[in-house]
Amino acid sequence: MKAKVTVTLKHGVLDPQGKAIGHALQTLGFDGVGEVRQGKLIELELEETDAAKAKAAVEAMCQRLLANTVIENYAIELV
Amino acid sequence: MKSAVIVFPGSNCERDIAVALEQVSGHKTFHAWHRDTDLPEVDVIAVPGGFSYGDYLRCGAMAANSPVMRVVKERAAKGVKVIGVCNGFQILTEAGLLPGALIRNQSLKYICKTVDLKVENTDSAFTRHYTPGQHIGIPVGHGEGNYVADEETLKRLEGDGRVAFRYTDANGVVNAAGNPNGATNNIAGIFNETRTVLGMMPHPERAFDPQHGNTDGRALFTSLLESLS
Repeated sequence: MKAKVTVTLKHGVLDPQGKAIGHALQTLGFDGVGEVRQGKLIELELEETDAAKAKAAVEAMCQRLLANTVIENYAIELV
Repeated sequence: MKSAVIVFPGSNCERDIAVALEQVSGHKTFHAWHRDTDLPEVDVIAVPGGFSYGDYLRCGAMAANSPVMRVVKERAAKGVKVIGVCNGFQILTEAGLLPGALIRNQSLKYICKTVDLKVENTDSAFTRHYTPGQHIGIPVGHGEGNYVADEETLKRLEGDGRVAFRYTDANGVVNAAGNPNGATNNIAGIFNETRTVLGMMPHPERAFDPQHGNTDGRALFTSLLESLS
């Protein structure tokens, strides 16, 4: 089983990289782009075959290491 | 005063801070490796600047989970003084020894210069040799020094006198112009609840020796010596 973890900065936490990307898109002529937020994607290959157990394990990984919950949100997707 | 400095793969300021600690104390500083699971009995532990683990994942995230940090946490709980400078500050927040987090500088640029600071609280083992409100200059060198914390944490930090240093302009005024990285409330350094753990982005060990051309960081080390002797 694979897990995809998406880590993004919480709303309210300034995302200077997202802002810079937004400015760059504007410079390139891509109009109509609102706020840009960037984050990271972490893919995990898991031995676990039980979805519920896998999700719980990844949840723990996010809490302990993959995300800093002071500033970041995370979303887990099992594939 | 006996001291230890923690060395992670990618640390690069461990020697500088060890020299400062050794010169004020006259004792050799113990260098601990990230895999160490024990430390000698020391009075102060320094978590140095650098790029531990190449800043992988988040600055300080890997180091915070290394074996030696378990010992640092145990010692900190016993009241051993812990100072984290720059990447060391990032590591201490990631390890949960200090609240909040340090994110990318607002400018997105790496900043390497001497910044103006105001000493906010001199009632600690780290700052007692400064005078309240003293205006000092200390070098910084970081890309992720923008301090953030939730509102409640900020309220506690401000209300309990846990802000150690604040960025100022050249006249010593705390304002946006004097904020190099966008840090909330111009926060450059904070204490834990008992003021036995200090994290700061500026490098006092780089303003220690007269040959640095600036000795404004020296009082931090002499403060520690007086507190711990």
